This record gives sequence, C-alpha cells and structure tokens, in this order.
Amino acid sequence: MSAVESTESTKDVMSEVADPSLRALIEDFLVDYAHMIDDGRVEEWPDYFTPDGFYQITNRDNYQAGRPIGIMQCKTQGMMKDRVKAIFEANVFEPHVYCHLLGRSRLREEKPGRYHARTNFQVVRTMQNGGQDIIATGKYIDIIACDGNAPKLQDRRVVLDSRRIDILIVYPL
Amino acid sequence: MAVSAAEELSDPLIWPKEGVARVPYRVFFDEDIYALEHEKIFRGPIWNFLCLEIDIPNHGDYKTTFIGEIPVIVTRDEDGAVYAMVNRCAHKGALVCLKEHGNDKMLTCIYHSWTYDMQGKLRGVAFRNGSRGKGGMPEDFNPEEHRLEPIRVEIFCGMVFGTFSEKTPPFETYLGPRMSGFVKRSMGRPVKHLGMHSQIMHHNWKLYAENLRDSYHATLLHTFYTTFKINRLDMDGGILMSDDGMHHISYAKRDTLKEDGEYAASGVHSAQYDSHLNAPEFMDMFPEIDDGITHAIQTIFPTLCVQLTLNSLAVRFFVPRGVDKTELFWFYLGGEDDTEEETQMRTMQSNLTGSAGFVSLEDGCINEFVQRGTTGSLDKESFLEMGGRDVANSEGSRATETAIRGFWKGYRELMGV
Repeated sequence: MSAVESTESTKDVMSEVADPSLRALIEDFLVDYAHMIDDGRVEEWPDYFTPDGFYQITNRDNYQAGRPIGIMQCKTQGMMKDRVKAIFEANVFEPHVYCHLLGRSRLREEKPGRYHARTNFQVVRTMQNGGQDIIATGKYIDIIACDGNAPKLQDRRVVLDSRRIDILIVYPL
Repeated sequence: MAVSAAEELSDPLIWPKEGVARVPYRVFFDEDIYALEHEKIFRGPIWNFLCLEIDIPNHGDYKTTFIGEIPVIVTRDEDGAVYAMVNRCAHKGALVCLKEHGNDKMLTCIYHSWTYDMQGKLRGVAFRNGSRGKGGMPEDFNPEEHRLEPIRVEIFCGMVFGTFSEKTPPFETYLGPRMSGFVKRSMGRPVKHLGMHSQIMHHNWKLYAENLRDSYHATLLHTFYTTFKINRLDMDGGILMSDDGMHHISYAKRDTLKEDGEYAASGVHSAQYDSHLNAPEFMDMFPEIDDGITHAIQTIFPTLCVQLTLNSLAVRFFVPRGVDKTELFWFYLGGEDDTEEETQMRTMQSNLTGSAGFVSLEDGCINEFVQRGTTGSLDKESFLEMGGRDVANSEGSRATETAIRGFWKGYRELMGV
C-alpha cells in the first residue's frame, strides 16, 4: 500500500475526532514531539513511536509519485535508536538547533484507538554563529495509535514541500 | 597562437611548481576562474551528464537541466531520438521551458511566442509579417539562422550526455574501456526511479569533485561506515583511473575484511565507536553482481558519480550555482524488475547516503568548511601527497589522494593552467 493510500484516500470515510479531551490529548502529544526535538532531547524520539513504528522524511514529489525512497527512513523503533546513536557517536556536523512551528492539526478517526492527523509545519534552524534559515516547510501525515492516555506514532511521513535540503539533515523533523 | 587560460585571466593563475600535488585555493573562490570554467570545461571537449533516459521515455517528453550554470532542455522527438539544446530563446534570451519536465509538440517562449520544434529549430515567430501591413521582421529574416543552440548528445547505459564541442570524442572513447566497462556493471540494465532529492552545499563545485575522489577521508570523517565495517581501508579495495586521470573508480570488498592494528593504535574516533546496532537489518543486501565488490563509487568528469553501495544504486549529479554554491542531486534507482523485497532493501540502504545519510551527511558541510577556511587566501594552496605525488592507479590501498590529483590533471589541461 502506498503512502498516499494508507493515509489520505480513506479520510473521506473517516469521522472527525469529536471528543475535545481526545483532541487535546493528541494535540498535546504532537506539540510535545516538536518540543522534544527543539529542546535537544532527541534520545527520547524513538519513544514517541510504537515498536513497529514507521518514520520517513520525504518530499512532495516522491510522496505524490509513490516513490519509496525519501531522505531518511526507519521502519522500526530499533532503527530510530540507531539514528539517535549515530547522531551522538558517529556523525559530525556544525552545532545547530531547530524551532518547529506547527499549524492546527486535522484529526480523523479510522477506528477507536487509531487516528489520522495532518499538521502543517515550518522548521527554522539556528546555527552556532547565529545564522537562521527556514530549512523545512511541509506537512506531517500521521497515523496515531492511542489506547488509553498514551498516544504513539504508528506512522509519520514528514512530507517536505521542497526537494532541496540546505546543507544536511541530522536531527529528525 | 592559442592563448592559455592563465593569460586570459586579468590576474594570471600560476600553478605551483609541485604540480597536481598542490591546488591553489584561489580556484575555489575566484569569479574570473569560475567564468572561464564555463568556456573551457563545461563548453569544452567533455561530456556533461544531462538526465536519465527514463526521464523522457515518450515522444514529446522534455526535461530541463544544466551544464555548468547554462540552462539546458533535453527532449525526445517524434522520431524517438533524444535532442538537447540551450534553454535560451534565440530572440531575447528568456528561458523557453519553465517547467522541470513536461510533454509537448512544440516549445514556445512565452515572452514573444517564438516557437521551436522539439529539436530546437525555429518554426514560428509571432507577427513575423507585422500587423495590418506594418511592422514585422525584415524581409531577409531567416528562421534557420535562429534556432536554440544545439548540444550534441550521446546515450550510454540509460544516461544522456551532452557536449558543446565538436572535438569531444565518442563517449566510450572519452571514458576509456575500463571506466565504460564499470559503468555497464552498475547501470547496464533497465532501471526505474525510487526517489530523488537535492542538497545545497555552500562551496565551489570542484570541492565536491575532489570529495568524491577522496578515498583517504572516507573512513576518517564518516565514522559510521568504519564502525560497521562496510568500508574500511583495511578491506581489499583500490582506486582505478582512466588513462587521463579524469574519471575514477573507488571499490571495496566487504567479505575480505581483516582487522588492521593501525586503527586501534592511532586511536582515531572511528575505532572507538560501539558497533552494536539495534537494527542492522537496514543494511541487509541481496546478491546482485558476482564480482565480490560491495562498495563502488565511480566518477565521470566533471560532475557525475554513479554509486553502487551494497544494493543502493544512485546517480549523483552536481550543478554549480555560483562560485561558492553547488546543488547535488541524488537520483535513487532500482532495477526495473526488482521484487518488492529487493526494493525494500534498496530503500532501507538509502539511509547510508543522501543529505541525511549515515555515511554521507558530513559531506554536506565538510567542503563548506574548506570554502570558509580558504576564502581570501590568494597565495596559499592545499597539499595532496597522500599516496605519492603522481597520478597512478592504487590497487590494494585507498589511503591515497591519487584520484584527486587525476581530477586536477584533467582540469589543468582543459583550463590551460
């Protein structure tokens, strides 16, 4: 099943998330994710996913064409942990921080405990010398598993509007 | 008498007497040298990568690309053949094709509706005969003298190359038998796109050309690779070059890995890394080519690289965007008849390379550090003596800068410096 089919084509038959407390729970979760990256707690990043969670950074062109390779792809939580480990122990790069700005999420219920979300975002990167650029703008297309009070990402596609990356991407978005 | 490029520059470039074992830093930030490269290299007797044949499979398909900074259109005409031309209207010089790809019967400049066929010949000029008997082009206006500037094309292993020069030899002669044979190894089969992105790097294009040929840095800067024993200097491998030194192959054989005390003794960062992966399956590979080589990087002068690392097949193409800016395109490919499982493996292995690649992301910034480190140092030069001072194949060792010296040998001959 392609990314588009799994996350978007079913939305017309899915209902809105009507329960305000459930909406608040999921919204807070999505905001917490962004703050976790922005605050440099990337070691917590895999915990935001289910063990078989899928994460990908790709771009609009690849996503719409159903092409499987993006810029970063993890098909398990284990692969996310390897990403984190590489950031700290292997990869070399100039220090920088992100600031995520999120739009309001559109939430739909596929079935109880399983929700689809689309959230627009922008990320500003600040380098150690003070240089600032918007390095990413696009949308999160998410499938969120939520049993009880602990939402987890089952599938997060970070779909960038631009095919062009400035310099590199180290930290997940 | 031909004037050498060194003399054409208002401030002549004198290459250091040590030859290709030195590179004056000035070549990375001098605007005049950059302009001269467009004349001597990109418009010179070389083959420039334009696109993949699968980008323009049908009659009427076109794709836009660049040779140096020169905008180019590649088309497939009704006759099925591939054509290339400069994307610059013969009238006022506007871009003719604005979209990156499309399909059309004619190419029309939106400014004054000059219309060209898919081979670039001028077929229509709006108001050529004026309006109400007045205006219009002079009587001796000859459309045949006003076409899109043509570029000679050759296709090799599904890749389209173009040249401005009549002197450029046929593509296989340009590459030589060893290099063209190795391109066939990687690309001599039907392929399909699996994904693409590009990366802006803030440095001169030649620093990436060097970086691709720099097998010395691979295991030192990119410590992820070393740690997981994919590509270490102590594996069997080597550097092979074309006779002119311009193109190269760097290869490694994973299965023959042996421990080398050098790493542990020198205490380099890469040896200190805990090699345990939570999910090593992302590097699972399927047997594809039966020659033991698991890692191959091949450059084709000036701005192309074909990679086949494990099963990760990709064409990397870089475009200068000014003297201190370069855009690197990553075209990830699969075999046309790959199984779902094989596509999965290529997809997961793609984590190794690209702008977020475990073993390549540093290249996005390292050459910028060189750019920043060297800008303004007019009389200083780099020192390239690892593996000797000459341009020679290096079988059995990749601790060498021989392929970088090969690049500069070709560069100097073309530029006359």
